[in-house]
Amino acid sequence: MNRDPRDFVAHEAALLDERRFDDWLALFAGDGHYWVPLLGVAQADPFSHNSLAYEDRLLLQLRVDRLKNPRAHSQHPASHCQHVLQPLRIEEETSDAVRLRTPFLYIEARGESQVLLTGTARHHLVRTSTGWAIREKRIDLLNAARALPAIQLFI
Amino acid sequence: MSSYLHHPDRVAALVQDDRVHRDLYLSEEIFALEQEHLFANIWIYLGHASQVPEPGDFVAQDIAGRPLLMVRQPDGAVHVMYNRCAHKGTQLVTDECGNAGRFFRCPYHAWTYKLDGAPLGVPLKSGYEGTQLRACDSGQGLSVVKHVKVYRDFVFVRLADSGPSFEDYFGEVLGAIDNMVDRSPEGKLTVGGGVLRNIVHCNWKMYLENINDTVHPMSTHESATKAAEALWEGHAPSDPKPMAMEQILPFGSGYEFFDKMGGRVFANGHSVLGVNFSIHSNYAQLPEYEAAMRSAHGEERAAEILQRSPQNSVFYPSLSVKGSPQAIRVIRPLAANRTLIEAWSFRAAGAPALLFERAMSYNRLVFSPMSVVAHDDVHLFESIQQGLRAGGNEWVSLHRNYDPAELTQPTLTTNGTNELLMRNQFRAWAKSMVAGMEAAA
Repeated sequence: MNRDPRDFVAHEAALLDERRFDDWLALFAGDGHYWVPLLGVAQADPFSHNSLAYEDRLLLQLRVDRLKNPRAHSQHPASHCQHVLQPLRIEEETSDAVRLRTPFLYIEARGESQVLLTGTARHHLVRTSTGWAIREKRIDLLNAARALPAIQLFI
Repeated sequence: MSSYLHHPDRVAALVQDDRVHRDLYLSEEIFALEQEHLFANIWIYLGHASQVPEPGDFVAQDIAGRPLLMVRQPDGAVHVMYNRCAHKGTQLVTDECGNAGRFFRCPYHAWTYKLDGAPLGVPLKSGYEGTQLRACDSGQGLSVVKHVKVYRDFVFVRLADSGPSFEDYFGEVLGAIDNMVDRSPEGKLTVGGGVLRNIVHCNWKMYLENINDTVHPMSTHESATKAAEALWEGHAPSDPKPMAMEQILPFGSGYEFFDKMGGRVFANGHSVLGVNFSIHSNYAQLPEYEAAMRSAHGEERAAEILQRSPQNSVFYPSLSVKGSPQAIRVIRPLAANRTLIEAWSFRAAGAPALLFERAMSYNRLVFSPMSVVAHDDVHLFESIQQGLRAGGNEWVSLHRNYDPAELTQPTLTTNGTNELLMRNQFRAWAKSMVAGMEAAA
């Protein structure tokens, strides 16, 4: 499964759009991170400047488990998302790792409201015995530092 | 329908001893009166002096709907002017921050101003000979905000000509800024890591009330804390926690914890929640940092500073301070049903990087638009904003632990779940609104 890393990115987004969060989380390597820098593409690292999100597997698991709790009040009604992906580009490729960049539109809908975000997803994938795994998924939002409403799922 | 304009008595009647009327949150007319008579007449937090380190550095920030510019002067002072060209009203800058160089130049007709707002030059000067320009406000340069206070690098403004002095207005609550700054062995903070900005579709007062609300965490944050507790299950209490766990788990503390943390109210709506302890009290100790604090402040004073870690200190109505972790929230009201919340992190000079990391991590986990904790808060604020439109009951209850004796005591220390901290905000609101409306009449 997921031999071609280009298929991986579409598969990963589809899991989020289908709210299959456990399956999505299983795509991350043990040391994998999900990162949404506050400066977008201009940000060098997650330590000298803050981020909208910078999470390891423990925190991602916390988020996923929270979403399952019936007392996650903000999920009444539930949020749904749609990733609209542009063709991706391979930035770097070695025998056991690949870096991909995928421009996207992201729509998160809940009740009467919709949030529209756009930017570029950058996947750093590593090869494992069972297929590709995410070492880092970085989301460079076009307007990351502006005032935003709540973003409840995963871009 | 009642109209509040020119009726300070009707405005005052919205705040009763133990309850408040829903129009406080819903009425656009009340919001317009707040812009005119509340936010302009008292001291509002503008920004931190470290945002403008070099001469010519500016920050543009609206306060009470008015565009302002905070500017570092060549002599090191921080001045505040209105961001409005004296000629036609063009904003001199439309970037949120930057450096103006040695002067401001209006992009429209190239009128120029010194960094303190004094007029420098206009093109085609001869055309103004024999006119009244010099005598007119338009010939005087930029309008300057006269009442600016830089308190340990925290910059506050009062836009109205008259009103309480800075010290009289804030009084004892300034100790919360002192505590945050004194946590730097060098007595110096700088903002760092950028600002997280959230748009919340609720009235600003709701957000500010919640900063003093300790009864909600158990029910509101149940989803996040139960998930955290389940993930952390099986660890001994003494096991070192990842920073995120250290910061999230205490949100699940019981009612007794929050009640015992205690609260204190001051005149003019200010308060400190967590006078005894708080959810920030049990972060891991840092021996090297504590040694640096002892050598800077002495044994006793260092212990006093570090021991104090309130949940929130409210500088009514615009600022909430957390000494540990070094973070502030700024409340920027945009409309009756829309509020901008900013979360800033600080670096403390002479303190280890871990302190800054804590501030950024806390803001990211709790106050980011992608927070894991705040989604439920935000949802409930927005729900209240809708729910209050219901028929029947027009009142919001603030009865918890109400005691008529509190009406005569401007400063009071009490249990942590007492709604006195909110009643105190609304009493200050009514007082400032009425004073402003009567002065304008």
